[in-house]
Amino acid sequence: MISLSEYLVLGALLFVISVAGIFINRKNLLILLMCIELMLLAVNINFVAFSHFLGDVTGQVFVFFVLTVAAAEAAIGLAILIVLFRSRRSINVDDLDTLKG
Amino acid sequence: MTFPHFLFYLFAFFAVGAALMVITRRNPVHSALFLVLVFFNVAGLWMLAEAEFLALALVLVYVGAVMVLFLFVIMMLDIDLAALRAGFVRNLPVGILVAVIMLVEMVLVLGPAHFGLSVYAAPEPAPADYDNTAALGLSLFTEHLYALEVAAVILLVAMIAAIGLTLRKRPDTRRQVVSRQHMVKKKDRLRVIKMAPEEK
Repeated sequence: MISLSEYLVLGALLFVISVAGIFINRKNLLILLMCIELMLLAVNINFVAFSHFLGDVTGQVFVFFVLTVAAAEAAIGLAILIVLFRSRRSINVDDLDTLKG
Repeated sequence: MTFPHFLFYLFAFFAVGAALMVITRRNPVHSALFLVLVFFNVAGLWMLAEAEFLALALVLVYVGAVMVLFLFVIMMLDIDLAALRAGFVRNLPVGILVAVIMLVEMVLVLGPAHFGLSVYAAPEPAPADYDNTAALGLSLFTEHLYALEVAAVILLVAMIAAIGLTLRKRPDTRRQVVSRQHMVKKKDRLRVIKMAPEEK
């Protein structure tokens, strides 16, 4: 039988891959957004696995809301990306230093 | 190894492999397509965990809407790929180091010693008349109704924000103003001129 730890380790693996992706693709804003989507997916795997093993549907309801927020985040993030590209002609994170942060 | 166990490792293998491809590909289009593959395999895993509605919602919402949006945006932008890849090799050791440390720590906590079958026994398979969509809907529309309405408002705000951010008015385009068209009277457009008849 599939054990809970196998689901959790898979979720951890996907999460860690997306963290590494954020580190190595620091310049490309598009890949950063994709890595955030991947992170949220890894967290959702944990929710679904716990919901299955504890026999409680509330975990799946929470995944539902995480999916909603992730979709909204992707839509607004990509809209900001397009506005940014129109004004700066670039999506390189190094070029975005107007605020001198 | 039972057949569901084999399926689990098949889906998990392709999900992890595709996730690695997402973060290492040079071309963002390839990254987005590999992310689609990750979503498909995770949807298969959720099917194995008896979360059928969410598995289908993942394919429909993510593959069908969010990733298509990503692909649209990637193709709309004219990106200089070489400049974006400049720090890749330099940041690679740090990324791998952080990833390995986090993975070791998480596996120590989440490993079979704490979350194995002896601690959390595998649940009985759901009976044939179990309806995951009905169970989810019942919980969603009774216990979590308020949260559902808040989620609906979030989606509405996101839609308005995305449109408001990207909508632009170009001064040089000629567009139809319906209210001004309706307000036009006959005297604004038509001029009757009296002139003497010409003689032959």
